[in-house]
Amino acid sequence: MEILVCVKRVPDSAENEISVAPNGADIKRDDLVYSVNEWDNYAVEEAIQIVERDGGKVTVISVGDSDAEEIVRREMAMGAEQGLLATDATFEGSDGLGIATILAAAAKKGSYDLILTGALADDGAAQVGGMIAALLDLPYASVVNKIETKDGKSLRIGREIEGGAQEINDIELPCVLSIQTGINEPRYVGIRGIRKVASVEIPVLDAAALGVTAGKVGADSANVKRVDYFVPVAGAGAEMLSGSNDELADKLVALLKAKGGIK
Amino acid sequence: MNAKLFVFVSHRNGKADDSAFELASAAKTMLPGSAATAIVCGSGVDAVATEAAQLFAEVWKFDQSALAYPNAELIRPLLLEVVPAGSVLLLAHDTFGFDLGPGLSVKLGAAYVPDVVGFDGLDGTALKVVRQEFAGQVSAHVNANVANGAVVTVRSGAFKPSEVSPGGQVIDKSDEAAGLTAKRTFIEVIEAEAGDIDITREDVLVSVGRGIGDKENIGLVEELTDAMGAAMSCSRPIVDAKWLDKGRQVGTSGKTVKPKVYLALGISGSFQHLGGLKGNPFLVAVNKNPKAPIFQVATVGIIADLLEFLPVLTEKVQKAK
Amino acid sequence: MIHEPFSPATATLAGFPLWILFVLIPLVGIGCFAWIMARRAAPLFKGAPDPRFDRIPERIVMVLKLWLAQWRQPRYFLAGVLHIVVFFGFLVLGARSTEMVVLGFVDGFRLPGFGGALGEAYDVAKDVASTLVLIAVVILAIRRAFFKPARYAVPERYGKDHTPEALFVLGMIGLLMLSESAFEGSLLAAQREAGHSVTAFTLAWAFQQMFAGVATSTLAAVNLVAYVVHDLTFFFFLCFLPFGKHFHVITSLFNVYFMRLQLGNVKPVVHGITDAQLDDLKSFGVKKFEDFTWKHMLDFYSCVDCGRCSDHCPANAVKRPLSPRFISIKARDYAFEHYPVFGKSPTGDAPNLIGGIYTEDEIWSCTTCGACEEECPVGIEYIDKMVDLRRGMVDEGMVPQSLQKPMSALEKRGNPWGKLEKKRAEWTAGVGEGIEVKSVEKGDTADTLYFVDSISSYDDRSQKIAQATARVLAKGGIDFAVIGKDEKDSGHDVRRFGEEMLFQTLKEQNTEAIKASEAKTIVVNDPHALNALRNDYKDVPPVQHVSEVVALLIEGGKLKLNPLADATRTYTFHDPCYLGRHNGTYDPPRTAIDAIPGMKRVEMTGNCRDRSFCCGGGGLMLFYEPDEEQRMGVVRVNQAKDAGADVIVTACPFCMTNIEDAIKVAGLEGKMEVIDLVELVDRQMQQ
Repeated sequence: MEILVCVKRVPDSAENEISVAPNGADIKRDDLVYSVNEWDNYAVEEAIQIVERDGGKVTVISVGDSDAEEIVRREMAMGAEQGLLATDATFEGSDGLGIATILAAAAKKGSYDLILTGALADDGAAQVGGMIAALLDLPYASVVNKIETKDGKSLRIGREIEGGAQEINDIELPCVLSIQTGINEPRYVGIRGIRKVASVEIPVLDAAALGVTAGKVGADSANVKRVDYFVPVAGAGAEMLSGSNDELADKLVALLKAKGGIK
Repeated sequence: MNAKLFVFVSHRNGKADDSAFELASAAKTMLPGSAATAIVCGSGVDAVATEAAQLFAEVWKFDQSALAYPNAELIRPLLLEVVPAGSVLLLAHDTFGFDLGPGLSVKLGAAYVPDVVGFDGLDGTALKVVRQEFAGQVSAHVNANVANGAVVTVRSGAFKPSEVSPGGQVIDKSDEAAGLTAKRTFIEVIEAEAGDIDITREDVLVSVGRGIGDKENIGLVEELTDAMGAAMSCSRPIVDAKWLDKGRQVGTSGKTVKPKVYLALGISGSFQHLGGLKGNPFLVAVNKNPKAPIFQVATVGIIADLLEFLPVLTEKVQKAK
Repeated sequence: MIHEPFSPATATLAGFPLWILFVLIPLVGIGCFAWIMARRAAPLFKGAPDPRFDRIPERIVMVLKLWLAQWRQPRYFLAGVLHIVVFFGFLVLGARSTEMVVLGFVDGFRLPGFGGALGEAYDVAKDVASTLVLIAVVILAIRRAFFKPARYAVPERYGKDHTPEALFVLGMIGLLMLSESAFEGSLLAAQREAGHSVTAFTLAWAFQQMFAGVATSTLAAVNLVAYVVHDLTFFFFLCFLPFGKHFHVITSLFNVYFMRLQLGNVKPVVHGITDAQLDDLKSFGVKKFEDFTWKHMLDFYSCVDCGRCSDHCPANAVKRPLSPRFISIKARDYAFEHYPVFGKSPTGDAPNLIGGIYTEDEIWSCTTCGACEEECPVGIEYIDKMVDLRRGMVDEGMVPQSLQKPMSALEKRGNPWGKLEKKRAEWTAGVGEGIEVKSVEKGDTADTLYFVDSISSYDDRSQKIAQATARVLAKGGIDFAVIGKDEKDSGHDVRRFGEEMLFQTLKEQNTEAIKASEAKTIVVNDPHALNALRNDYKDVPPVQHVSEVVALLIEGGKLKLNPLADATRTYTFHDPCYLGRHNGTYDPPRTAIDAIPGMKRVEMTGNCRDRSFCCGGGGLMLFYEPDEEQRMGVVRVNQAKDAGADVIVTACPFCMTNIEDAIKVAGLEGKMEVIDLVELVDRQMQQ
């Protein structure tokens, strides 16, 4: 199976303290470390496992500059055979639709049976996968937590829906899926693995190569634009109790009794 | 703005979802004075349509057996057929919304405005919304160009459920939904394992989160729970680490609970967790971190080291019985 | 030459001179043995290189100490003493056994030089030896068959019980003793008129008594039968040795000679490959059996199956899926199966060890505490093997999810919690007493560098240890500085968890920062940092643990300690693995504690010093989620309680973390306390 996985370079959520920069235009980025979006990483692992089982090739693509190349390389160190980078000055400031337009154009340049994205990324929009599917007229399923290959014409997939239940669907190939965390256990990528792919060439696709016109991407054609970041003023919030552990426990027990918390 | 406003009403077992009530509020906040039309798709949905008519002035009902289970791949082409260009659609930001929304916006040529937690009004063709990024660590003001319409998804719990105001009209458009096909077929839903307990029926829940530190420390929580005669629940990281069964998870990807009393121990208060907590319980939060978001929504807050505080609390509870 | 009334060399059977048989048996026996040994040696030639041919005097000392003097045997007293008896018995009887063989075809043979007084003395020695060996063997057999000491038990997942093999070998040894003594006794009984001497109450003497008055022809038959039994048993036993745990009889001398001499460090990925060449290696670590070094293969052959390692393994004690004994036995059995003496080796690709004889969790469960290596009587190494197997797993991406996050954080932020670099020295603000901690970050230099390492820099509780260390060093008049934000994790446990390249990166960065400090010595409070800087790093100044510094200050009168405010408590010292076993530092902390007036200190007898029970492990082990029935820390805290202590003093921030948690989990809060040595000293320092 030919699989294309779209990956995004994001600030590492675990290792960063996200705070708003003084002018509100952006978050403070000086001390941030970046890595591949966690959901995208699960998607790459899933693709690699499918190819290990059934044969084929995994291609990883990211929209960005040389920084994004670093994470494409990391996913190749994990086991993706091919990396691609979509870079062009006109891509800057694209909104979700713009990014999806670029990725869909890249997908058209190959003949992929399956296109994967992570279910969501740092902005929580969970949109690019579904948009790519619509642009390419392919069937789509989101928050997929299980993929079973069947006959090469369709997949049996599971989606993680509310209440922790799993919605089973059959979906025709080619299709687009967005992948939920927990679908597998991504393999570890060590420094050694990354060094092994350090000199592998990653082709760069610009707007011309992709056939993407400026009117569809970039800041100017973005329909959805962020104005600023801010931290909301905290509401009244909780009534904070104080005292020693003993005193706190006493106060709490009294409240719990009153509210019927102790039977 | 003259665009038509639609709200997609989700339902289960013949009743409208809580999200429908919240979306009704959201619609009024977003475009005050506008009348939203509800869209109800399904099989045998008369009751739902009637219920929706108590929230919305107009309800379009699409009753077809093919729609028995909400399959976004069937519903998207249906909506493209029936919804006029330039409309604004409101969906819940849930797993169905993830499926339906992005592709729908592309096909409609409309802006996609996902996971909105607040509206700041309409400025010409710019819809001003509030979103969150980085797992809720920061908020953002976002402007969406809705000249060609919009698909807006709304976060669960961001808007209070609307009051009912009966008198809406149900229009049966089922014929327009005939003959729908898709390249994705629903097979079945596999429910989460029942496990040994149904926390959704419990009045008093003692919920444990990542702040408990280690698997063995859960024993301390068990002791407190037993002393209180309550039931134990938890947040997602506890289940991911396999320290407790999935059946005990409270949250959007877990169970929805409506207890009277809820103790959140070592839980930071992510919206995914709080999304499973309904009904405005007496919420006690105990956490080592004074900046934990849970303190913003809790009734009572205690800053303490769980491993030191819990045994003391358990003892006092036992004495108080 | 003494004229024997009968001898095997002159015996015939239906006219056939039996000496021919007695030449054939040894020839066949030795021939088979040589062939078996050659087959057994085969895999070692495929193993990775391992330079063990240096430091000859030290190696000879190890042989004399561990092999000849059986130094580690008495750690398990009964079994140890019995084994020493059997071992020395074998050594003494070696000469006699040789004699016996030749007696089959050279009538009346005595080894050269054994004619006169030496021979008589030897006769006494050998008779006593074979008697003692038989007694020992009987006791050992009873012990194995009826008392069944726990450490010999074979858990179900590891296969069948090994008692039959043990009893079989004991039986053979007993048979050798009996047959030799019967041979001797029958001869003595025939010669008694000639006044041959035998030591009273020995086995030979017993046979002599038993055969008194028996006809010479009968004695000749008994003698011949005894000889045949002895000859066959001897060569059968010789050839049987390489098929089981008694291979150690042959290999232990070599295994001890080639054993590890250096403490604390970890073997390089491949011996002979420099750090700079690491990038060129196609594969890291041990994935298949042939990736082990030849010495490690020899280790597998040499395993005595005594179970002492597993008996002291803390992972095994808490029922993690690791038993060091079976790491060796399973690999040995793999070698036996894949490099068989009879038949061909299986064809095709060699199978992977992980997922084959070993499981992933089995290998991740090890805390590298070294208790196993400390016990092994034949010098088997485990830690290097664990690290090599982990290197192989890391190379294949097989890292548990719980470890991937801290490894990634170490790579990005230089500490496993992923906290910001610039906050690394924030703890210095809380030292108090007007002490301004110098730091290279601020541009300071000093004679001594205080290398703090990650946990003491970032963990709330451990920061207090760092602050106490700063106060104690200041009080002791030591001019010191920390590195500050350019300090990275020492990488000690990164290396031991198999991420060698990340370790190399951290090592390079730290070495540069240490050089920039211009310090001439390094002091640490963290034994993991101690071990890394002293044994894993090259070209850095000498390192000391703060307990060593404190002991020197106390002995030099520079630090005086106040009497205890509460003299009713009983203290005990928990030896951290990386301070004690791996770096041999047991006394300085005790010196420091005992210098406190009013101190009441007890030892956790049987579990202190080099038998200290691991707290649960430090570094990346804090993040690993093991499959265990109990926490190691809880076992340790109960040991302290049983020793009568209510305060545990330790000298490692990881031990502190694990023991503090364990006190809570064990329900001993308020009844047991734990304090770091340097915090204790800080508390008792003179104002």
